Amino acid sequence: MAVPLKYNLRSLRVRWRTTVATTLGVALVVAVFVMVMSLDRGMRSTYINTGDERNVLVLRKGSTAESSSQVSRDEARRIRYVPGVARNAAGEPIASAEIIVLALLERVGGGSANVQVRGIGPIGRELRPSVQIVEGRMFEPGRRECIVSQKIAERFKHCRVGETFRSGKTEMHVAGIFDAKRTAYESEIWMDADECREVFKRDFYGSVLLRPVSVSAAEDIAERLHKDKTLNVKVVTETAYYREQTKSAGLFQFLASFLAVIMSIGAAFSAMNTMYAAVGARTREIGTLRVLGYRRREIYISILIESILLSLIGGVVGCVLSLPMNGLATGTMSQTTFAEVAFEFRITGELLAKGLVFALVMGVLGGLLPARLAARKPVLDALRAV
Amino acid sequence: MTPPIVQIRELSKLYRHGDIDVTALDRITLDILAGEFLALMGPSGSGKSTLLHIIAGIDRPTSGECLVQGTDVANLSETALAEWRNRNVGFVFQTFNLVPVLTAYENVELPLLLTSLSSRERRGHVEAALELVGLSDRMKHLPRQMSGGQEQRVAIARALVTDPTLIVADEPTGNLDAHSAADVMILLQRLNREMGKTVIMVTHDPRAAAYAQRTVHLEKGEMLNDSGQSSVVSHQ
Repeated sequence: MAVPLKYNLRSLRVRWRTTVATTLGVALVVAVFVMVMSLDRGMRSTYINTGDERNVLVLRKGSTAESSSQVSRDEARRIRYVPGVARNAAGEPIASAEIIVLALLERVGGGSANVQVRGIGPIGRELRPSVQIVEGRMFEPGRRECIVSQKIAERFKHCRVGETFRSGKTEMHVAGIFDAKRTAYESEIWMDADECREVFKRDFYGSVLLRPVSVSAAEDIAERLHKDKTLNVKVVTETAYYREQTKSAGLFQFLASFLAVIMSIGAAFSAMNTMYAAVGARTREIGTLRVLGYRRREIYISILIESILLSLIGGVVGCVLSLPMNGLATGTMSQTTFAEVAFEFRITGELLAKGLVFALVMGVLGGLLPARLAARKPVLDALRAV
Repeated sequence: MTPPIVQIRELSKLYRHGDIDVTALDRITLDILAGEFLALMGPSGSGKSTLLHIIAGIDRPTSGECLVQGTDVANLSETALAEWRNRNVGFVFQTFNLVPVLTAYENVELPLLLTSLSSRERRGHVEAALELVGLSDRMKHLPRQMSGGQEQRVAIARALVTDPTLIVADEPTGNLDAHSAADVMILLQRLNREMGKTVIMVTHDPRAAAYAQRTVHLEKGEMLNDSGQSSVVSHQ
């Protein structure tokens, strides 16, 4: 049987000052790790939640985002009427030629940021039935009106219903606020596509979103458009397009990994230091255990377990510290559109488990050398320790 | 005649300090009978503690032989030696060496955790050992809540809880007042006389040595004199 666990637990309690200091160090690292990872998760889930599997998006070949894609008015017209596109009750093709532009808006808390303005066609909302107007009404084309997402309304000045914001020389009147149900549209302002082109002086659209009558029709449309050398476009499903946009989260992934590595090295050293001190202070106890018949391996495991316990307590505290961030809204600049992307910290059970595993790794790394030192000390030397 | 439990033949121990070899034990030959109470005496540096440590399997000789119950302790691996110590030797230290974060009960239970005894069996053994040293009412006390004499009695309970044949004590009264020292010595004597334990004790103190049946004097690693093997009554 191993050295009893209560020996480790009580030893940690007796040395409570160093235990608390090390625990807090590990807790901080785990909390930062979980929070940064939750930003990554929040951003990813925003993009992954966006899009309708039935819709396909037509973009200029080679472009990675709608904002950098150009589709001429003639091309847009030909794409809308390509065979296989579903029709609505009025017999109109369910297709929307759209354009993305950036508007520089003032934040509520000071400063300014680019916000994505989406010009949509008359069928644009029909293609996105989950987007609901929760205040005010739909914009009317030709009246310099727009609708804004709830998050934009909360985060930017003059974006409430009835207010007017200015971007460059253009004044836009907010007709309504929409709920985009945690999708990427949460970061957008919508207006009429043709009016948007006029206001922002664009002679082209960015993309065409359309709904094929069936999956096989979608494949046919893609094949037909890809083969048409006069168009030079690519066709992707809307969901695939947004999944691809999760690459915007690359910065967070890098930041999370970088912070995690740097801080965990510090925390592992802290745990190691604590465990060295623990081993140093208990050398004679360890010698006594050896005399009583405990083997080197049992001493090694006991010290390692103590280090892991220390780090796991820190891990639990760190997870608890990070929990209040769950659901908190924030925003950052997208690496592909250079516009503000609004999203929420998403702290999931999986993320908390990862935080604890992270703490466990720190405990193991911090405990390995002190445990080795304790186990390898000759019995007599250990007994003679003061 | 009781057979020797410890047979020491031409036992030497050299320590190396830099370039100099220091002889701690020089060709010691000694038999200790089962059931004897032996005191090892001598000035500091005489080699008495080294001899005790070799007999108890926590140090190894440079040359010679040390058989304990027929086992050549020096030839055992580290792991086998740990197991051997657990089963055959109870150790009493000068500084008690109780684990400060564990209660008297838990300290006494420590060597039993390495055996295959059930929790209930362990409880029986621990309670009996603490009863024997007169500390049944201190089971839940931590070492810091007890006097030095009580701590040493807990240590003795820990030494005998596995029912070893051999109890080795290194200056067991060195940190105690005269009254507590006498209590501890009477206890060791009882273990020897009533339970038949072979007790080997290192001491500076002639009063402590007086409780032993036999005294061996060492000086500069050599045996100076031996009061002679006692006639040991078997307590089986």
